[in-house]
Amino acid sequence: MRQPAEFSARDDGTIALSGPLTVATVGPLDQALRGLDQPVGAVDLAGVTAIDTVGAWTAWRLARDSGAEITGASAEARRLIDAVSGARADPDVRAPRAELSERVPGAVGDLVVGWWQGTLGVVGFLGQLIVALGHILRHPGAMRGKALVRQLELVGVSALGIIGLMSFLVGIVIAQQGAVQLQQFGAEVYTVNLTGRLAMRELGVLMTAIMVAGRSGSAFAAQLGTMKLTEEVDAMRTIGVSPMIVLVVPRVLASVLMMPLLGFYAAVISIIGGAAISDVALGIPFMTFLLRIQEVVPIRDLWVGMIKAPFFGAIIAMAGCYQGMQVKANAEEVGARTTMAVVQAIFMVIVLDAFFAVFFTNIGWG
Amino acid sequence: MDQPAPHLPAETGDATDPIVIEGLVNRFGDHVIHRDLSLRVRKGEILGVVGGSGTGKSVLMRSIIGLQVPAAGSITVLGRSITDARDDDDIDIRARWGVLFQGGALFSTLTVGENVEVPLREFYPELGDALLHEIAAYKVMLSGLPEEAVGKYPAELSGGMKKRAGLARALALDPELLFLDEPTAGLDPIGAAAFDRLTRALQETLGLTVFLITHDLDTLYEICDRVAVLADGRVIAVGTIPELLATDHPWIQQYFNGPRGRAARDSRARAGAAADMVDKSAAGGA
Repeated sequence: MRQPAEFSARDDGTIALSGPLTVATVGPLDQALRGLDQPVGAVDLAGVTAIDTVGAWTAWRLARDSGAEITGASAEARRLIDAVSGARADPDVRAPRAELSERVPGAVGDLVVGWWQGTLGVVGFLGQLIVALGHILRHPGAMRGKALVRQLELVGVSALGIIGLMSFLVGIVIAQQGAVQLQQFGAEVYTVNLTGRLAMRELGVLMTAIMVAGRSGSAFAAQLGTMKLTEEVDAMRTIGVSPMIVLVVPRVLASVLMMPLLGFYAAVISIIGGAAISDVALGIPFMTFLLRIQEVVPIRDLWVGMIKAPFFGAIIAMAGCYQGMQVKANAEEVGARTTMAVVQAIFMVIVLDAFFAVFFTNIGWG
Repeated sequence: MDQPAPHLPAETGDATDPIVIEGLVNRFGDHVIHRDLSLRVRKGEILGVVGGSGTGKSVLMRSIIGLQVPAAGSITVLGRSITDARDDDDIDIRARWGVLFQGGALFSTLTVGENVEVPLREFYPELGDALLHEIAAYKVMLSGLPEEAVGKYPAELSGGMKKRAGLARALALDPELLFLDEPTAGLDPIGAAAFDRLTRALQETLGLTVFLITHDLDTLYEICDRVAVLADGRVIAVGTIPELLATDHPWIQQYFNGPRGRAARDSRARAGAAADMVDKSAAGGA
C-alpha cells in the first residue's frame, strides 16, 4: 500500500508537506491544496521522503501562488524545483477554439468553399482522366498492360466467391418472399418471372455494384491515399510517369470491364438460387424453373443490366481514385476519404439506376 | 564466421542495474537477429547502442520494452522479468519507463499537451485537470519547446519539434528509464547538438538512466557514458569510447576511425572544455 502525501498547516502559516511527493501520490494532496483558503507564509519540505518533478511542481506552484518561501528542501528537491519553475501557470493544452458565433458562419463558409472546390476538383479529375485516355488511344504502348491485368484480377476474379454467395442468397430471398405474396392470388408460378426479371434488370448489377464499391472502391481510395502520403505519387511525377496513366486508368478500365461480367454472373447465380429454393419449397422442379426463365425473361432485360453495368463501374472506380488522390495530410484523412469514396459511389450508383429505370421504361423496354 | 568477442573486462553485474539482458535470441523465420545477446545497463548512465543497419538495435529496444517477444533468453527491467511477465503484470513497469520512438509517434488527433496527459490520465486518474494541464506545460517546457506548442497539433510541428514533443510525452510519468530511438536522426546539426545537450541536462536533473540508439557519432562522443556495439547478433563490446578504440575488432575500428568518426572526435577535442561548460550551464538552466 502506498503511503499518501500529506500536509499540515502550522500556526505561523507554514504549510508542511510530508510523505512521498510523487506523481503516484500527489493527486489528492493537490486537490486539497487548491481548496485551501488561508494565507501561506512558507512551504516546508523537510518531511518529504521522496520527490519527483510533479511533486516539485505542486510545492512550487503553492509557494508561487501564495508568494511563500520554500524551506527545508533537500538538494534533490531544490534541483527539481529549479527545473520546473518558470513554466506557465495557466496553460492552454487544447487547440484554440473560436466562439460559437464565429464557428457557425465559419463552418458554413468552409462548407460552401469546400463544395465549390470539390466540384472543381471533380471536373479537373475528369479532364485529366479523359486526357490520359486520349493519350493512350493515340499511343497504345503507354497502356500499362500488367497493371490492368492485375486490377482485372483484383476487381473481378477474386470477387467471384463473395459475389456468388451474396447473389445466391439474394435469389433465394426474392423467390421465397415473392412466392409467399403471389400464393395469395394462386399465382406462385409467376415467382419465375419475378426472380428472373429482377435479377437480370436490377438486382444482379446493383448488388454487384455495391459489393464492388465496398471491395474495390475502398481499396482504390486507401491505396492511392497511402501512396500520396508516402510521396510515391510525387516520385512518379518527378520521374515523368503520369500517375493518371499508371494508377488511375488501369483501375477505371478494370472496373468498367469487370462490372458487366460480374453483374451477369451475379444475375445467373441469383436465378440458380431462386430455382433451388423453388425446387425445395414450392415444388417447381429445378430444370422447369430454368426452362421457364427462357420463356418469360425477354432478352432486353439482359441488355438493360449490361448497359448499366459499365457506367456503375466507372463511377465506383472514379470515386475511389479521386478521393485517394485528394489525400494530403495524415492517416486519419485516408480513412475519411475511403469512407467518402464508398458512400459517394453507392449513392451515385443508386441515383443513376433510378434514371436508367425511367429511361428504359420510356423507350419501351419496360 | 563468429568473431571472438574483443577483450574487454568481463562485465560485473550489480543488483541495481536497471536493465539486465541474458542470452537473448530473436529470429524472424530463418533470419536470426540476435544470438545469445547479453547486456547490462547501469543505473544513471547514458548507454549508446550502435551497430550497422540491420543488426537489430531497434529489435533489441522493442524486446526490452516488451513489444517483441524473444525466442529465448531473459530480460529483467528494474528488477522485474519482462520475458516471464504477462501483459497484466507489467503494467506497473510501464509507468517507470518512457519511450521516444523514431518519428515521435505522437497521437495525431491530440494536441501536444493532450499527448503528454495521456499516460498521466491512464495511470493516475485521480489527478485533477488543472494539475494535469500544468504538468503538461512544464514537461513541454523541459523538452525545450516554446510554451505555445502545448496547444498545437503534431501536424503543425516541424520534425525536430515533434521529437521534443515525443520526449515530453516520454517524460510524462517521471520515468526512471528513458529509451530513445535515434533521437537526432533527421535533425539539422544545430538542432541535433541542442537535443544532445537537452538529453544530458535532463538525465542529470532527473537522474535518468538512458538507453539510446543512435548512428550519430557526435551524440556518442558528447553525451554517452558508455557505448554498446551490436554485431553478429551479439553485443561484441561495451565500454567508453577510448576502451572501444583499444579493441582490435575491425568493425569498431572502421566505425570510430572512419572519416566521420575522426571528425567527431576532433571536434570533441577542440570543443573540449568549452563544451563541458555549455553542458553544465544547460543543465543548470533547464
